[in-house]
Amino acid sequence: MTATINENVSSALELGHVESHLHPKPSFDLADHPVPTGFEEIWRFTPLARFKGLLDGSASDAKLTRTEELPAGVTLSTITREEAKALGGIAPLDRAAALAVEYAPDVTWIQITGELDAPARIKLVGDSADEQTWAHVVVSVAPFAKATLLLDYSGSTKLGAQVTYLIGDGAQLDAISLADWNNDSIHAAQNSLSIGRDATLRFFEFTLGGDIVRSSTNIDYQGPGASADLFGVYFADAGQHLEHRLFVDHTAPKTRSNVAYKGALQGQDAHTVWVGNVLIRKIAQGIETFEQNDNLVLSDGARADSIPNLEIETGDIADAGHGSTTGRFDDQHLFYLQSRGIDEREARRLVVHGFFNDIIRRIGVPDLVERLQTAIEAELANVENLEAVTSR
Amino acid sequence: MSTLEIKNLHVEVETEEGAKEILRGVNLTIKSGEVHAIMGPNGSGKSTLAYAIAGHPKYTVTDGEVLLDGENILELSVDERARAGLFLAMQYPVEVPGVSVANFLRTAKTAIDGEAPKLRTWTKEVNEALGRMTLDSSFAHRSVNEGFSGGEKKRHEIAQLEILNPKFAVLDETDSGLDIDALRVVSEGVNRYSAQGDRGVLLITHYTRILQYIKPDYVHVFVAGRLVETGTRELADQLEAEGYDKFINAAV
Repeated sequence: MTATINENVSSALELGHVESHLHPKPSFDLADHPVPTGFEEIWRFTPLARFKGLLDGSASDAKLTRTEELPAGVTLSTITREEAKALGGIAPLDRAAALAVEYAPDVTWIQITGELDAPARIKLVGDSADEQTWAHVVVSVAPFAKATLLLDYSGSTKLGAQVTYLIGDGAQLDAISLADWNNDSIHAAQNSLSIGRDATLRFFEFTLGGDIVRSSTNIDYQGPGASADLFGVYFADAGQHLEHRLFVDHTAPKTRSNVAYKGALQGQDAHTVWVGNVLIRKIAQGIETFEQNDNLVLSDGARADSIPNLEIETGDIADAGHGSTTGRFDDQHLFYLQSRGIDEREARRLVVHGFFNDIIRRIGVPDLVERLQTAIEAELANVENLEAVTSR
Repeated sequence: MSTLEIKNLHVEVETEEGAKEILRGVNLTIKSGEVHAIMGPNGSGKSTLAYAIAGHPKYTVTDGEVLLDGENILELSVDERARAGLFLAMQYPVEVPGVSVANFLRTAKTAIDGEAPKLRTWTKEVNEALGRMTLDSSFAHRSVNEGFSGGEKKRHEIAQLEILNPKFAVLDETDSGLDIDALRVVSEGVNRYSAQGDRGVLLITHYTRILQYIKPDYVHVFVAGRLVETGTRELADQLEAEGYDKFINAAV
């Protein structure tokens, strides 16, 4: 096949860049990602004034403090930016990610080569919300490897980060990203995951702390039979801005995606944004996709934006759908629990636990399940006048 | 010995056309040890009576009292009524995602008893109560009513009745939608509960079928928001043979 034919096939199947607001152009070149004005579709929800250094900052040697627990089958090394780019994967889709790649002092390369018998845990701790920090991580999962990988963020930071996952054919990866920041932290995250043929990804994202967290997660498929479950939990308190953007790019036939994000909000100016974009390309015949976002508003003064988008370019789809709910407590849930003697406050606590437990229980790492449940418990303890919240 | 007295109960619901009176002066006294059946046509307000006693926020009491051993429970919150000894088995039990049956039952039992159940015997007690309702122990780990079949939801209600063991149980069309085997299992549960001798049952039903298994001491006919006739079991047989027409016509 000549290069010309290749190009023609590629353009007929639209495997290149698709002109769509759902799909900014992936590029390592900063010139392709101008400083946003706030009117751009992908930036219109983000409070740019509070986010500034992450869009126009400069290089910095600052790093998060890293400690790791790596079972056999995982190695960690440091490589250069150029070496990281050569490994492949989805290029940055916004300016914060492009800057992270450009300015990170080095790249942490996590290689998973076997079937792990315990989760690989990497703890990343920030020590200052004033110091501009850039991080670039590449995770390579060998074909048929099987692993659970936890990136566990905490402390105070002003962080722009790009995390690139390259998941080999037939591999099974549970990737867990936990943002348990102090409340002064600012974090722009881009998680880009390329899934190999017949590989299975479960991506979990838990965003509990931080002043502003803006996380963009991008998926593409390197071959048919690849499957992605994307699960998220977030809990925004007064003044917090927690934004989760998903872009699932069905680039191969017979692939599957399932998205379920759940959030709670409480307090004045707590703001969450969830944007779930799914693009089904011409080539992506016979795919299945479903995405769901549910928000529980626990007090007045909070705002949840929830936008599912589905763009379909083929007529041959096995299943596609999405849903979004934002609301207060369901009176029926509370009535049922209270009719069994459970007081209103405890009933509300049970309902919120249940709401999140639906996601948390899927992790399969017992100590992490417990930690997250405790964290939710602590968030609920902060909810002032839980009793006073009414859906009537 | 306890008494549940419903006195001149008037209840409204908010509709698009404004407030609508559903209960128009209900009077009924139930003593512990007694089983009362309330039978009536669709739309007569039977379920409203059940929900109003339990305190569902959708229903507004405009007049009357419900006294449990002399205390007007209409002044209590929903959970306080339950802790005072009232239980409502719902016609449509609610699904509560993510809350396990085990956690739910333990929390409820703790609230009702005022102390946590004994760890040593509790799991066994729950499993046995579920087992008597032909629900296997895996149900304890499932979310409350989520994905349960209609019959499983009803059996779960009666398992709760046995575990929480209230003074008075209001069963709102617990028999509807049950096949004959499930009906028998559910009836046996209710009979075990009332056989303790010091518990009262208000059984609300549309059909006489369940009365083959649960023998009421009193049968009441409920039409257009009131009790229009009270009798014994023979009244149920009469309703079975003749239907509600006679009472509906009289009430209009």
